[in-house]
Amino acid sequence: MKNNTRLAAFFPAAVLCCTLLLVQCPAALADGPAVGSLFPDIAFAVPERSEDRQYLKLTGKGTFTIQQIPVPLVIVQVFSMYCPHCQKDAPRTNELFRKLNDHPKLKDTVRLMGIGIGNSAYEVDFFRKTYNISFPLFPDGEFVIHKRIGEVRTPHFLVVQHTSKGAEIVYSRSGAIPNLDEFIDTIGRRLGQ
Amino acid sequence: MKLSWKVLWGVAVGCWFLVQPVCWAASEAFKDTIFQPGNLKPTDSSPTLKVGDPAPDFALQAVSGETIRLSQYKGKKHVVLSFVPAAWTPVCSDQWPGYNLLRQVFEENDAILLGISVDNRPTLYAWTRQMGDLWFPVLSDFWPHGQVAASFGILRSDGVAERAIIMIDKAGVIRYFQVSDINRRPELQDILTALRQMHASGTGSVKKP
Repeated sequence: MKNNTRLAAFFPAAVLCCTLLLVQCPAALADGPAVGSLFPDIAFAVPERSEDRQYLKLTGKGTFTIQQIPVPLVIVQVFSMYCPHCQKDAPRTNELFRKLNDHPKLKDTVRLMGIGIGNSAYEVDFFRKTYNISFPLFPDGEFVIHKRIGEVRTPHFLVVQHTSKGAEIVYSRSGAIPNLDEFIDTIGRRLGQ
Repeated sequence: MKLSWKVLWGVAVGCWFLVQPVCWAASEAFKDTIFQPGNLKPTDSSPTLKVGDPAPDFALQAVSGETIRLSQYKGKKHVVLSFVPAAWTPVCSDQWPGYNLLRQVFEENDAILLGISVDNRPTLYAWTRQMGDLWFPVLSDFWPHGQVAASFGILRSDGVAERAIIMIDKAGVIRYFQVSDINRRPELQDILTALRQMHASGTGSVKKP
């Protein structure tokens, strides 16, 4: 009985300790959220730029979640303006945006957005202007979102599809997308297109 | 029994605070090579210089082998010194790569950026190679150890420099002196605003240490 009581006391403390350490340790979750898991319910500020609002098909002000973007699939680029690989990959991500926009079917069913990890709104805007980025970018200056998505290394790409489960992560990978055309084909197949 | 419960919860919460704030984005460029120092005392020195003082001259060897003197820019360029504490640490590794995007801003404002660390040249060579080709010189303040950082009063008690941005105008006068919390990257907007002000007015920002 005494042992059971001890275990009962120890268990929540151990769970809390492990959870907090995992959440805090980038190396532990460097591969990011697992495919098949749900994208966290994160509130993003509705973009100030009208072209961004229009692209994401958002109406109103305040905040929105990925779950509220009215398309079947959203690609999330996790980046930082301080990350050399993100800088190198920025033109390719622009190319991905162009290819999606030029795709006869995906242009209406897929959206691309970026999250600047540890980047203020000013820094995100600096990155946008440097690389002439046309898709919506969101700041995460205090790493709040970064913690919610497993403190991935940058760049990291997530593909979130609205399925019967909810906003399901169907692709999660650190580093640049190896082959853009294959990536787009895979997305097209997922959407039956 | 009650005591054990409290101790265990204390350990759990203590572990959480111990690893704070290991929350900086580690770029794929560095993978698992970054040392995690944990949360450090935000500042640990007493600056001996302030805005308006003449900057002490120095000569340091760059990673490239070239010796760079502060005085070589006198009358020609504004100089921005970016002191970082140590190579292969999280915040520092997430700082200079971003400054690689600032070349045009520096050129527009007639300024040069000099990165300075107390690490030796081989260490700085290996570290900065992971950042891509930096456009600005990176200088080693290794020997006599931390002498230049000490001359500005920003050498910490453990032998590394503070995380500091110091701006010196063409006349050799300090126009901006910002020692940041060592655990946080300085806000880019503050740096560029001060740089533009210094160039535009010739007097610059008046932030005090």
